[in-house]
Amino acid sequence: MTMTKAGLLAATAMMLAAPASAQFAPSRPVEFVVASGAGGGTDNFARTIQSVLTRDGIMDNPIVVLNKGGGSGAEAFLYARQNEGDPHKLIFGTNNVYLLPHVAKLAYTTEDLQPVAALALDEFLVWVKADSPYQTVMDLVNAAKDAPGTIPFGGSQSKDTDETLVALIEQTTGADFKYVPFNGGGEVGVQLAGGHVAANVNNPNENVGQWQAGAIRPLCVFAPERMAESEPVSGDMGWHDIPTCAEQGLDITSYQMPRTVWLPAGTDPEVLAYYQDALQKVSESQDWKDYLAKTSQSATFMTGEELAAFIDASEADAVKVFEAEGWTVQ
Amino acid sequence: MGNFDLLMQGFGIAITPMHLMLMVAGVLMGLVVGVLPGLGAPNGVSLLIPLTFTLDPTSAIILLSSMYWGALFGGSTTSILFNIPGEPSSVATTFDGYPMARSGESTRALTLAFMSAGFGALLGVIVITLLAGWASRFALRFGAPEYFAVYFLAFAAFIGMGSAAPAKTLVSLATGLLLASVGMDSVTGSIRLTFGFEDLLSGISFLVVVIGLFGIGELLSTVQEGLRFRGVASRIDLRDVFRTIAELPRYWATYIRSGLIGIWMGITPGGPTAASFMSYGIARSSSRKGAPFGTGRPEGIVAPETADHSAGSCAMLPMLALGVPSSATAAVMMGGLMIWGLTPGPMLFATQPDFVWGLIASMYVSNLIGVVLVLATVPMFAALLRIPFTIIGPMIVAICFVGAYTVSNATFDLWLVLIFGLVGYLFSRLDYPLAPLVLAMVLGHKAENAFHQSMVLSDGSLGIFFANPLVSGIMAVGIALLVLPKLIALGSRFRRRVPVE
Repeated sequence: MTMTKAGLLAATAMMLAAPASAQFAPSRPVEFVVASGAGGGTDNFARTIQSVLTRDGIMDNPIVVLNKGGGSGAEAFLYARQNEGDPHKLIFGTNNVYLLPHVAKLAYTTEDLQPVAALALDEFLVWVKADSPYQTVMDLVNAAKDAPGTIPFGGSQSKDTDETLVALIEQTTGADFKYVPFNGGGEVGVQLAGGHVAANVNNPNENVGQWQAGAIRPLCVFAPERMAESEPVSGDMGWHDIPTCAEQGLDITSYQMPRTVWLPAGTDPEVLAYYQDALQKVSESQDWKDYLAKTSQSATFMTGEELAAFIDASEADAVKVFEAEGWTVQ
Repeated sequence: MGNFDLLMQGFGIAITPMHLMLMVAGVLMGLVVGVLPGLGAPNGVSLLIPLTFTLDPTSAIILLSSMYWGALFGGSTTSILFNIPGEPSSVATTFDGYPMARSGESTRALTLAFMSAGFGALLGVIVITLLAGWASRFALRFGAPEYFAVYFLAFAAFIGMGSAAPAKTLVSLATGLLLASVGMDSVTGSIRLTFGFEDLLSGISFLVVVIGLFGIGELLSTVQEGLRFRGVASRIDLRDVFRTIAELPRYWATYIRSGLIGIWMGITPGGPTAASFMSYGIARSSSRKGAPFGTGRPEGIVAPETADHSAGSCAMLPMLALGVPSSATAAVMMGGLMIWGLTPGPMLFATQPDFVWGLIASMYVSNLIGVVLVLATVPMFAALLRIPFTIIGPMIVAICFVGAYTVSNATFDLWLVLIFGLVGYLFSRLDYPLAPLVLAMVLGHKAENAFHQSMVLSDGSLGIFFANPLVSGIMAVGIALLVLPKLIALGSRFRRRVPVE
C-alpha cells in the first residue's frame, strides 16, 4: 500500500516536474564530432567553441572532441546517421555536409542531420606569388585564356570548395586552368610561396603567414563588399585594402564557406533550442570575436529559417557548378 | 651569431620553475601515452589542448612539445619489450630491439634506444638553432615531384637492401600499397576499395594494422613455438645502463648518418616514420660484419631511434616557419598555435621571438629531462619481461585491443586487429617480410598523391622527375640504392665463381 502510494507520489512529482525539464540540458559528456583531421580549420572552429563554452561556463558538461575527417569529412556525417536522435553529439563542418552527397556516393543524405547554426563565414581570395606578373584577377584569367590548360592552380582536396571555386571562375570567364589538388590549405600556401603553382584560392587564415612575409600577395576577395578594416598585415596593406573580385571585373559577387554546427536527425526541438542558445552565447562572447578577427573570418549567426534558406541557396549554386563539370553522382 | 643570443634569451624564458614543472609533467604524460599503443602522441596532445587555453602560448607549447618528446621515448618501450610499436615511428625499432630483449638483454636494448633518441633529438635542436632561416627556405623548394622523389628514396633505401626473397618482398609491398589506397583519394576525390563498408571510408588505420601484425601476430607465433611459462631471465642492474652508455661511441658512424637522415626528413616533410625506416635500411646496407640485422644488432636500434627523434625535433621547424606540419602531432600543435592566436609562417620568428626561442630552448631542456626520466624507468620496464607468459600474454592481448580501439573509437578496428594478427602470423611462418608492407602503408598514399600531382603538373610526362638538379639528384640516389646492392651481389658472386672454375 505505502509502496504504491509512494510510487504514485513519485510519478505525480515527475509529471509535475516534466514541463520544467523540457528545458533540455545535457546529462552526459557532449561529443564534438569534427569533420576534419586535427589541426584543420574546422578543428580550430570546434575547439574554439569548446574553449568558450567551458571557460564562460555556458555548458558545464565535459566536452570531448572527436576528429572524424575520413572521406573529406563524410566519416563524421555517417557517424551522425548511425547516432540518430542522440542529443549528446554535435557535428562540426562547413558546406561539405550538404555538398558531399552530390559528388560522392555516400550512405548518408543531408536529411540525416539537422542544422543548428552557422557561426562564421570564411572568405576566399585569389592569391599569387609576390613576384608574379599578374596584378589583377583578370590578368590571371586572360593568361589562362591565352594558354589554356597550362597555368597550375593549387587547391586543397578534389571536388571540394577550392576546386568548385576554380571551376566557377572557369565557367564564368571561359578560362582554362590546370587544377592541382593538395592535402590542405597550409600545403597549398607553401606550394604557392615556393612557386610550384601559379595561384591558389586559400582562405585568409591559410595564407596570412606567407603574406606577412611578403612571399605571396592577394589579388581579390570573393565577397559582395570588401573585408572588415584591420591592422596592416603586409607593408601598409590590410584586409580592407584588398579589392573584391567583382570590382576587378570578375563576375562572381559572393563565394563564402559557412562554418556550421549540426545535430543528428531525430532529436527533440528542445535539444535544438538548447544548443542554438548556447552557440548564440558563444557568438556574442569576446573570445569568439577575437577568434574571428585573428582568423579573418566574417561574423555571422544564422539559425532556423534563415540558415535553411542560406543552405538551400548555397547548395543550388554549387550543384549548378557540379552539373556543368559533370561531377554529380546519383 | 644572432641566433645564439636569441637562444640564450630563450633559455631565460624556458628555465623557470613553472616551465620546468610543465616539462616534467609533459614528459611523464607523454611516456604514458607513448607506452600505450594506439593512444599515441597526436591523440595525447589533442586531449591536452583544452587544458592549455588558460596558459600563455609559450607555456602551452612547452607543455605540448614536452608531451610529444615523452611519447616518442615511450613509443620505443613497447616496441622493444613486446614487439608492439607504441608509435608508428617506432616500428623499425622492433626489428632488432625485440630480438635483443628476448635474448635477455632488455636493459641494454632500452638504454640504447633511449640514449640514441636523446642524441637524435639534441642533433635536431642544434640544427634548428643554427639553420632556422636557411632550412625553411630550403623546404620551399620542395614541390610535388621533389616529394615523390623523397618517398621513392625511402622505399629504395629500405627495399633495395632487403634480405628476403625479392618475390616475397614484392608481395608484401603490393599488399601494403593496396591497403594504403583504401578510402577516399584526395587527388581524384573518388572512393576506392571500400566495397560499400562505411567503416572503410576513412581508410585502414596504419596503427591498427601494425598492432595486429606485430602484437597479435607475434603472440600467435610464441604460442605455436611452445608456451614457455617462465619469463625471460633478464638481468636488471643499473650498472648495465652505464655499461651500455659506455659502448655507445662505437656506433658513431651510425649516429651521424641516422641523425642526418632524420634532420633531412624532418625539415622536408617526410616525417619521423619515413626517417626511421630509411635510416634502418641504410644502416643495414652499410654494415659489413657481425650478426645479421633482425637478430638484435645494436645498430638496428641506434639507427631508427636516432633518425626518429632528430626528425621529430626538426619537424617543428616547417611547422613554425612554413605552417606545414610534417608529422601528425605537429599538425595538432599547429592547430593549438592558431587557437592561441599565433600564425605559423615565416614571420613568426620575427614577430614572436620569445615564443619561438622559448620553445627551442625548452627542447634542449625537456629532452634532457626526458632522457634522465626514461633511463630511470629502464629497470622497471625491463622487469616486465620477467613476468611469466601466462600473465603477460593475456595482458598483451588486452593492450593490443584497447590500443586499437583508442585510435579512432571504432569497433570495426577490433576486427581488423584480429584479421591482421592472423596475417602477421602467416607472414612470419611463411617467411614473408612484414616491413615492406608497413612501409608501403605509411608512405604509399603520400607517394601516390605526390606522383599524381606531378603527373597533373607535367601533363603526364615522367621528365618532371629529372627536371631540376634537386629532384634528379634525389631520384638518382634512390635508383642507385635500389640497383647497386643487386649489382654488387651479382659481381661478388661472379668473382667468387672465377677461382672455383
